[in-house]
Amino acid sequence: MSDYNFAYLDEQTKRMIRRAILKGLAIPGYQVPFASREMPMPYGWGTGGVQVSAAVLTPEDTFKVIDQGADDTTNAVSIRRFFEKTADVAVTEATAEASVIQTRHRIPEQDLRADQILVYQVPIPEPLRFLEPSEVETRKMHALEEYGLMHVKLYEDISQHGAIATSYAYPVKVEGRYVMDPSPIPKFDNPKLNMAGIQLFGAGREQRIYAVPPYTDVVSLDFEDYPFEASKADHACDLCGATDSYLDELIVDDSGKRMFMCSDTDYCCSRRKAGHIGAQGVPYAEDAA
Amino acid sequence: MNPLLNVGGISKFYGHRIGCKDVSFDLYPGEVMGIVGESGSGKSTLLNCLAGHLAPDTGAVNFDTRVDGMRDTVTMSEPERRMLSRTDWAFVHQHARDGLRMNVSAGGNVGERLMAVGARHYGEIRDQATDWLGRVEINADRVDDRPTAFSGGMQQRLQIARNLVTGPRLVFMDEPTGGLDVSVQARLLDLLRGLVREMNLSAIIVTHDLAVVRLLADRLMVMKDGHVVETGLTDQVLDDPQHGYTQLLVSSVLQV
Repeated sequence: MSDYNFAYLDEQTKRMIRRAILKGLAIPGYQVPFASREMPMPYGWGTGGVQVSAAVLTPEDTFKVIDQGADDTTNAVSIRRFFEKTADVAVTEATAEASVIQTRHRIPEQDLRADQILVYQVPIPEPLRFLEPSEVETRKMHALEEYGLMHVKLYEDISQHGAIATSYAYPVKVEGRYVMDPSPIPKFDNPKLNMAGIQLFGAGREQRIYAVPPYTDVVSLDFEDYPFEASKADHACDLCGATDSYLDELIVDDSGKRMFMCSDTDYCCSRRKAGHIGAQGVPYAEDAA
Repeated sequence: MNPLLNVGGISKFYGHRIGCKDVSFDLYPGEVMGIVGESGSGKSTLLNCLAGHLAPDTGAVNFDTRVDGMRDTVTMSEPERRMLSRTDWAFVHQHARDGLRMNVSAGGNVGERLMAVGARHYGEIRDQATDWLGRVEINADRVDDRPTAFSGGMQQRLQIARNLVTGPRLVFMDEPTGGLDVSVQARLLDLLRGLVREMNLSAIIVTHDLAVVRLLADRLMVMKDGHVVETGLTDQVLDDPQHGYTQLLVSSVLQV
């Protein structure tokens, strides 16, 4: 252990954040303002998520960090190390073993259990922001449940692209009341928002925390004649052969050769360990050697 | 017949200065009332108080709601008032930019009020939007263009379509023809007159242009320094003005 207080933040700050989290859980989808602290990382790198994680972590927790589905990118590695150093918690890459998972842009493919907490990093918490620049006005719209404007955005999508082209940060209505930005997760993940685990959303720069309690009704907004569709690339993972997971598309050489692979690296690895092989994949043991 | 709108003793002060003082009148269904006066006479203050954009210091604005009958809109709760302002009321701003979403297509602009009251069928919203664009003489092929690509007159007509699409019963207009050239003004007035008659709208039109009220308004209210100095039938007030200020106003109109 180091000279840091447990999980970097001082106890008063963690109390303040926990209060905001509890309020958020009590009013699903409502953006609770909180006094966001300076963190030793730039805004946009997950300062909100880190503060929420710091407030919910206990010494017994096992911590996992995902960045765009991957456990091994800069952002994920440095946040994981940060809590290893300041909280001395166990860390893991396996979704099933983690008790607190901080994520950016993805929900793990594997269903979460009731004893797991998913912490999202949120850049812009206000779903109405790009339609209505005034914070005073958007708060009023939330308070009075005036969400017609959200559909104007979807209308514009259909009129310009022939379909709802919004593919990430797709607006949802939580428990029939608040319209919420689920952070920039692909809309493929939207159906998973209705889950057994607790979901906490932290926006550091914008100083907002919101939450979705377990088994809360989360509905993606749509039109009767243009229903919501959880879309993904129409392909199977080239490494593990999965057809049910969200895929990243990679261009692998100068002649434009493409490759699709699971964005959830833990899901892909565990499938390969279990013996699944995709079109361009090799058995797991050989790859490791 | 019961009045649609009953205004009693509306006053609004800006500190010690008078915005408008002790204004009362009734407006009946299908009636168009003009409010004229020079700049700073309190016309717009009065209109904003009536439409709920400003809270008046004293007085009541009773509106004949569809469900509950006469209700005072000054004391009703904000959600109710905002609901009213996107269903039974409409507000046409002087500058179309204030009343339109400039970064949303014409169809989206017209459809917004429909979606705000719960329309969730894209095809129907679009059909209604296209229909309304036609009624204000905007070509159907402009439905996906943004208002920034429209001329001033088209923007103003789009604003009118956007306001009337939910079939309001009362329209507030603040200088609807301001800033438009005369031939465009004439077409807009023609259009407005047609729509008002066709939909049996009641309207309150604030303007400093006497020709506009001559064409559109049944009744006229003349304001000066926040006070109503003369009221009456439009033709009566304009042809036989009694108050000194009205006489000045009428005689100030340039004859071509």
